[in-house]
Amino acid sequence: MPTFSDILKNHYEHEPEKVSVYLLHSGQPDFPLTYRQLIRGSAGYAGTYARQGLQPGEVIVLILHHGVDLLYAYFGAVLHGAIPAIMPFLTEKLLPERYRADLASLVSVTQPSAIVTYPDFESEVRAALKPGDPVRSVIISDQVVSPCEPDFLTLSGLKRKPEDIALLQHSSGTTGLQKGVALSHQAVFNQLESYRLALHMQADDVFVSWLPLYHDMGLIACYLMPILLGYPLVLMSPFDWVRAPYRLLQAVSRYKGTLSWLPNFAYNFSAQKIRDRDLEGVDLSSWRAISNCSEPMRWESHQAFYERFRTFGLRYEALTTCYAMAENVFAVTQGGIEGQVVVDKVDRDSLQIDRVARPPVNGKATIKMLSTGRPIHNVTVRAVDSHGKDVPDRQIGEIVLKSDCMLTEYYHRLDVTKKAFLDGWYLTGDFGYIADGEVYVTGRKKDLIIVGGKNIYPQDLEQLAMDVPGVHLGRVVAFGIFNETTGTEDVVLAAEVDETDVYERQRIADQIRQVVTRGSAVALRYVHIVSKHWLVKTSSGKTARSANREKFLAEMQKTGQVF
Amino acid sequence: MSDDIIAPLENYIINQIIKQPKRALKPDEPLISSGLIDSFNLVDLALFVEDTFGVRMDDSELNTQTFDTLDQLTALIHSRRS
Repeated sequence: MPTFSDILKNHYEHEPEKVSVYLLHSGQPDFPLTYRQLIRGSAGYAGTYARQGLQPGEVIVLILHHGVDLLYAYFGAVLHGAIPAIMPFLTEKLLPERYRADLASLVSVTQPSAIVTYPDFESEVRAALKPGDPVRSVIISDQVVSPCEPDFLTLSGLKRKPEDIALLQHSSGTTGLQKGVALSHQAVFNQLESYRLALHMQADDVFVSWLPLYHDMGLIACYLMPILLGYPLVLMSPFDWVRAPYRLLQAVSRYKGTLSWLPNFAYNFSAQKIRDRDLEGVDLSSWRAISNCSEPMRWESHQAFYERFRTFGLRYEALTTCYAMAENVFAVTQGGIEGQVVVDKVDRDSLQIDRVARPPVNGKATIKMLSTGRPIHNVTVRAVDSHGKDVPDRQIGEIVLKSDCMLTEYYHRLDVTKKAFLDGWYLTGDFGYIADGEVYVTGRKKDLIIVGGKNIYPQDLEQLAMDVPGVHLGRVVAFGIFNETTGTEDVVLAAEVDETDVYERQRIADQIRQVVTRGSAVALRYVHIVSKHWLVKTSSGKTARSANREKFLAEMQKTGQVF
Repeated sequence: MSDDIIAPLENYIINQIIKQPKRALKPDEPLISSGLIDSFNLVDLALFVEDTFGVRMDDSELNTQTFDTLDQLTALIHSRRS
């Protein structure tokens, strides 16, 4: 079993001139990067890490934008035998002091030895650090050793073992940043080998992605997989994509892209916001698998995307599905490769009330469930009840899984790691059912909101809202509600106040919006200001998020507002 | 600055983007840097500007360096129309 560095060495020695990554930046010419360039650039970073006295096995946090520095810094850490972890960059929406607090919480749990960033961001990083922190060096991107010949005899990355931790992957927010998923080289390779087969990967495959690299879908499927397995990757920035979603389609056409991964909202977003004039000459016929992944997927989103782009060569069979999570490195299932994605038409009430996927009943509402596909060959999936017993086919249970590509641990969080497993089965926290071997995901047991594929912990938002004057401590609840138009969840927050004046309440609502947005970079769709005792609490005094969500929806229905 | 630009812009932003029809926007109020307009809405705003005022904005212009307030966006549209 090799490690990442063995594979990089192999690419360097056997196909140095092959283009590994085409970096795309809006307003600039495309930038092809060969394996030779990539590994030489990474060797420069590895040399810098060594000079700074960083040891193999130590964590290096990368705070860099999409671009060559990020690629070099990442694989430099690999070649040095260190553990890279990418932290999202500060955005305009987020308050710098909140960002510093998030970084400080990452540092406190993950205990990195170094942070890499740009010269103009150094002061932000240093401001988040305090005496006694484990961070020994803040490495500035313009003070790094120039790209150089790698000396594979001395690089410590080649001395790592397959079971050593290769990387950490965090989700966002205070809670997510304190829960780094630690993955071994072996787990990553087991995943890639199994997923490669599930995707029927072939010699002419080209990956095209706009996904951020701090997200598992971006990091594993659209970064490590192509680079390590030796397939070309066309990589654009999420910032460019969100401002010009047509660029993804142009890139697919230009590079004859075959594989992409998208969160569900991106199908709606692309279908709604791209004009024909930006698609002149675009040919999407090379695209063979566009996997809908990382948030609840909708049949309607696939239809909208297909109808919008079919005249540009998009094939219906190219619309595929995947169920994935960082804890399993990435894919759990894949659908749509060996035939179209299975669509299960079920009776809505049975699914929502009885929690069983039954065939449609004449005259009653039906739901078209998209199958996430079958488990990839190294993963076993079950749906179980609250006692861990299997539920029958078509009955909703919690999805649990076992594989040879599970996380080593939540880094430095033994308590959380233990709780995530039951008798060796990983508890996903997702609800779903299995029918004829196909896995359908129906909802979530865990309190998590997913907006545009990004995981958001409601407690982070609630904590922020409680700081607004007039809001009762502990009397705030945040939850997600699916928006059919955008194809993703909207975030709703309800807060109890004593204030009865309508204008004062509006002012408090405005302030909550502002504090939450600037504190978490999450925009709230609706702030529901309520009187004391509105919120539903459990017998132990905890906020019951799903009960409050139901209560909110019922109230909205009464007042005629559609959610 | 031209009311025929700022009024429809404000109207569009409060109704379609932030979906708070009762909210008034000050001409010099930061829209992007304050988080009021999410990056996901910038392309909508650009398409609205193009359809309504016949001014095309490049995606590389959808950031705070180009505009952050109603006043600045209005000035930009005004300068390109004349």
